[in-house]
Amino acid sequence: MVPIPHFLILSALLFATGTAGVIISRNLIIMFMSIELMLNAGNLAIIAFSRMNNVVDGHVFVFLILTVAAAEAAVGLAIIIMIFRNKESINADKFSLLKR
Amino acid sequence: MTLEVVIFYFAAAVAVAGAVMMILQRNPVASVMYLVISLVAQAILYVQLQALFIGALLIIVYAGAILVLFLFVIMILNLRGEEFRNEKHRPGRAAKIIIPVVFFLEVVAIIKQLAAPPAAGRATEVAADFGSVEMVAGRLFREYLFPFELTSILLLVAIVGAVVMAKRDKGKKEEEA
Amino acid sequence: MEITGIFKYLYELLQSTGLPQVLVDIIALASAAVMIFGVLAVIALFLVWWERKVSAHIQQRFGPMRTGWHGWRQTIADAVKLLQKEDITPSTVDRPVFFWAPVIAFVAAFMVYVTIPFGDGLIVSDLNIGILFIIAITTFTIISLLMAGWGSNNKYALLGGMRSAAQVVSYEVPMVVSVLAVIVFAGSLSMVDIVQSQAKIYKWYFFRLPFGPIAFFTYIIAATAETNRTPFDLPEAEQELVAGFNVEYSGMKFAMFFLAEFVNMFTVSAIGATLFFGGWQGPLLPSWVWFLVKTFALVFVLMWFRWTYPRLRVDQLMEFSWKFLLPVSFANLILAGWMKYSGWFNW
Repeated sequence: MVPIPHFLILSALLFATGTAGVIISRNLIIMFMSIELMLNAGNLAIIAFSRMNNVVDGHVFVFLILTVAAAEAAVGLAIIIMIFRNKESINADKFSLLKR
Repeated sequence: MTLEVVIFYFAAAVAVAGAVMMILQRNPVASVMYLVISLVAQAILYVQLQALFIGALLIIVYAGAILVLFLFVIMILNLRGEEFRNEKHRPGRAAKIIIPVVFFLEVVAIIKQLAAPPAAGRATEVAADFGSVEMVAGRLFREYLFPFELTSILLLVAIVGAVVMAKRDKGKKEEEA
Repeated sequence: MEITGIFKYLYELLQSTGLPQVLVDIIALASAAVMIFGVLAVIALFLVWWERKVSAHIQQRFGPMRTGWHGWRQTIADAVKLLQKEDITPSTVDRPVFFWAPVIAFVAAFMVYVTIPFGDGLIVSDLNIGILFIIAITTFTIISLLMAGWGSNNKYALLGGMRSAAQVVSYEVPMVVSVLAVIVFAGSLSMVDIVQSQAKIYKWYFFRLPFGPIAFFTYIIAATAETNRTPFDLPEAEQELVAGFNVEYSGMKFAMFFLAEFVNMFTVSAIGATLFFGGWQGPLLPSWVWFLVKTFALVFVLMWFRWTYPRLRVDQLMEFSWKFLLPVSFANLILAGWMKYSGWFNW
């Protein structure tokens, strides 16, 4: 059996990668995918904790998170389509109307 | 070194490599591909944690629905990824990497505390049917029935919202033309 | 003649060589994978020949006749020809995407067979989530279609890929819901449990009136669409889209798509036979013969569809899925749940 902390460190690594993706990338689609990656890193940690404490409640949480992720993707992508129609671009740097 | 440990390190390496490749790609379709690879590796890890059911759900929901949606949007908007080529090296961008790195180190420090003897000894043995469909469903439909029903409303709202937003305004279109 | 006995003997033989258990398991699993691959490759080759024969006889032709008895060597010759052909990669394609698309389609088509029982005990692994695993793996087909369409950098391929992905996504929902009706009745996701709950012919889910036949018909219609076959073969509508998502593919890569397509046809028939017609259950003959007989009968039905019906239009296709098939299968699921709950026909 692989020790649970290994899973947790992996989860942290994935989460950090997702954060880096949101910070570095200027492409809205890739930023959005990085957010999905962060959600999944969280899921992995929850599953690991669930295994550690020998309760299946964590599985239920992940089930609900997956549903929320699906809803979020539908709405988020609709927003991206709207933005693209207005700006002809998905470069996050170009959406700076409120800056000046 | 048992087979299990080998599989763990292999899957973990693939998951992280896929994630890193995903954020470094310019071509969004390749990016989606790397995310799929990363998610499949994560599903293998779920299986190692005896969450076979949730692992299958992860594949169905992500590979079957969410990432297909991403691919559809990329294709509808026809994003071939040339747009960002010139602005790759901008000052100050690399420095921002510090934030996730610091975050990661912090979490590792916390996990080290967690891995101290009393907690680490736990959970070597669980029931054979741990994480089976029956067990998860039992919890889901008894204790968590209300949140479960709420997610159906959430999904309905999301569907309506997505359709309303992504639909072209017919009146406006005619005015423009 | 008991096949499982032979496997057990071989496994014990392997263990007696004194190799470590890990290695024994790896060898056993690898040989199972190779064996399934071999069986399916032969089945796929046979299906190609059979399809040509069935189509020919429906159209009052003979089909391939020259190579061997009634042309049985034709597909072998075709396969050899395809493998020898130059593997052309057009210069404008998106290379990694173009390369991986057929590989994913191919691997996904074969991965499914981990949980399909070929006979009593002839199953690689009887997973607790059996049918859900199959559904999870088949979702990769959609991704491979989109990748092929996008990677080819060709407008016909892109249109074909998007069409087929939209179609597969839309028909996946009624298919899964009609499968759910059976799962509700069987009370298990494991394929072996589902087969064992249909021990007698009147226990086959197809004969559980009234929900069984409805579930089967919605399943077989959705499955036809899932495998992109006529009357739902819009993605490869030759007359308007040239050949759909695989226009730019040739040689080995085309062969992989082609093989995956026929293996998928066999897969949906095998699932149909397992869920609705009692899988390997049957008198006298060995279990795997029954399984193959039932599956090939369903494959024949799919071929019959293909050569009898004309192709649908895109909007008709989507309307049929969302406005007819989906409501019917949902109503059927509720009916099945109610029947199970009230103990109706619960023999």
